Amino acid sequence: MFSVIFEQYNYAVVIILMMTGLYVVFASRNLIKKLVGLSLFQTSVFLLYITIGKVSGGQPPIIVETHGGDHALLEPVLVAAAAPNDAAAYAGQSDILYSNPLPHVLILTAIVVGVATLAIGLALVVRIREVYGTIEEDGINALDYHYNLEGTDE
Amino acid sequence: MDLLSLFPAWLLEQGPAFVIVLPLLMGAITAILPSRTSAWWVCLIVTLLCTVTSFGLLLQVYSEGTSVYTMGGWDPPHGISLVLDVLSAPVLLLIAAMAVVTTVYAMPSTIAEIEPKKRAPFYAAFLLCFAGLMGMVVTGDAFNVFVFLEVSSISTYALVAMGAARDRRALAAAYNYLILGSIGATFFVIGLGFMFMETGTLNMADMSRILAELDGGSRVAKVGFGFIIIGLGLKLAMFPLHTWLPGAYAYAPTKVTVFLASTATKAALYLLFRFTFTVFDPSYDYVIVVLTYLLTGVGVVGMVFASLQAIFQTDARRTLAYSSVAQVGYMLLGIGLATAAGIAAGYLHLLNHAIIKGGLFLAMGAFWYRFGITRLSDFNGLSKTMPWTMGAFMISGLSLIGVPFTAGFVSKVNLTIAAADKGWWWAVAIIVVTSVLAIIYIGRILLAAYFGSPPEIDGEVVKRNEAPLMMLVPMWAMALLSIAIGSNILDLGDFFVTASERAAALLVGSGA
Repeated sequence: MFSVIFEQYNYAVVIILMMTGLYVVFASRNLIKKLVGLSLFQTSVFLLYITIGKVSGGQPPIIVETHGGDHALLEPVLVAAAAPNDAAAYAGQSDILYSNPLPHVLILTAIVVGVATLAIGLALVVRIREVYGTIEEDGINALDYHYNLEGTDE
Repeated sequence: MDLLSLFPAWLLEQGPAFVIVLPLLMGAITAILPSRTSAWWVCLIVTLLCTVTSFGLLLQVYSEGTSVYTMGGWDPPHGISLVLDVLSAPVLLLIAAMAVVTTVYAMPSTIAEIEPKKRAPFYAAFLLCFAGLMGMVVTGDAFNVFVFLEVSSISTYALVAMGAARDRRALAAAYNYLILGSIGATFFVIGLGFMFMETGTLNMADMSRILAELDGGSRVAKVGFGFIIIGLGLKLAMFPLHTWLPGAYAYAPTKVTVFLASTATKAALYLLFRFTFTVFDPSYDYVIVVLTYLLTGVGVVGMVFASLQAIFQTDARRTLAYSSVAQVGYMLLGIGLATAAGIAAGYLHLLNHAIIKGGLFLAMGAFWYRFGITRLSDFNGLSKTMPWTMGAFMISGLSLIGVPFTAGFVSKVNLTIAAADKGWWWAVAIIVVTSVLAIIYIGRILLAAYFGSPPEIDGEVVKRNEAPLMMLVPMWAMALLSIAIGSNILDLGDFFVTASERAAALLVGSGA
């Protein structure tokens, strides 16, 4: 039981972060805190991707200069990208075992997306603060209550 | 085919990349353009070019079959491929055509709705959103789908928030959409992570092949499937996950509302088709369970509850938004049937509903443009003050209900027959009941407009004040198209039905 947890502690970290993030998004009524939760949630996914890129015994995916910079060396990297969990697929072609670099590349993109989302979220909160004078969801709902019913302010 | 020979070969060859790259690049350029008019022209020309290209690509797919474009010459599965087949090409054309329609309409509507200095960025964000949606449909790489999904979503959040100039609630709506949309996209990417663990590839065709070899895969694939369905469900406003939609549709600028209602949820639905039938397959037991019990279940419950909610709205735009959630239920029911007829009916309703709801929201924008009307209580006598606009609204509204000789009738009948063929008589009953509910919520508006009398302001009856021509033309185009599909004028009805049947045949055929 405990050995499973310790061997796969990366997933435990991911799950804890993910659930914390989701809980914060849904439980807090403050718009900034919601964004903090959202970022935490997204970060847990980055971690999930990065940990699955690790191949046991593999070294960082940087081509080792043993064959004089031959382009054929790219081949094992491509094979690794095609079959990340299958060490045998490329063990025959090169004696060097690389970790899979693809998830890292994917997550670079996802990080950029996360930053963009956070930026536009914060910009929205600034505008909401200007218009409503509050960043608490309850306050916004209270201010809009009359508006929703009658279509006018006051 | 004769029409196909009109298109230059290079355009068809590079078309799949062209329709993404052009709006993406021009979006960046539009953002720094000084005046609003030049931004509008750029936007119109780009969307027109993309529509022409998409039409050529559709003809090419119909005559020559699936085409695969390898980005940068890197062959799949290592490189990113763009795939066009009979499932994606019609959706591609739909998105591009709706972009043109809304851009024409936007000329008068943005002047009323957007502050002058924000108009160029508005068109820039629109082009980005457009590029993202086109990318979602064209790409054959699963992670690429996520990237384009976020490109379109993030620009959509900004576009919805720009509605704040006329209604401050747009800000809160955009914020809610941002939170839920990001959670949806993140769920989708978690699902992709699991699929990458299981299959070691991100290319959809390759993923499908490896999954078939693994006979559906282990628990990892099942978990991945669950995350992908929930993620896409948030994006396409599947019933309990639809809470972002009414606010975003009701308070966004009209151009954005029309474009979102007719394309954004449709692109996500296209992805649902793609993932449930091509990448995964109903022959895996966990997929068919989800289709039969989850998608059908939420589809049917959504049809009833969202229709009921639509009846009790005081704001007409929210009525239409809830009706959209209900219509998504029809499409989900079509997917849930998992038969060729069911898929075809769901796909046909996807295309038809885009045209119907587009027409309705276009008319709704014109009511606001002339009289500032969005609330149901203000609709009295609108048939006298804006007869042409109200006429287009009525035709699209009848089509939404499913009156014979309109587009809505064709897809609802096909869906009913598909459900009856499978022996799901309860589903037939629910389709009838929700159509009656649609009569009530559309009927309320029509009743007030046609049988109410125009209000008096300062003792004077409000005079006739028709919408400008650039608003009338798009909404009548939608209304007439809806009739043409329903009555099979110019063989348009057959064309749409055949398109959906071919798409269904592709999806069912891939299940071997």
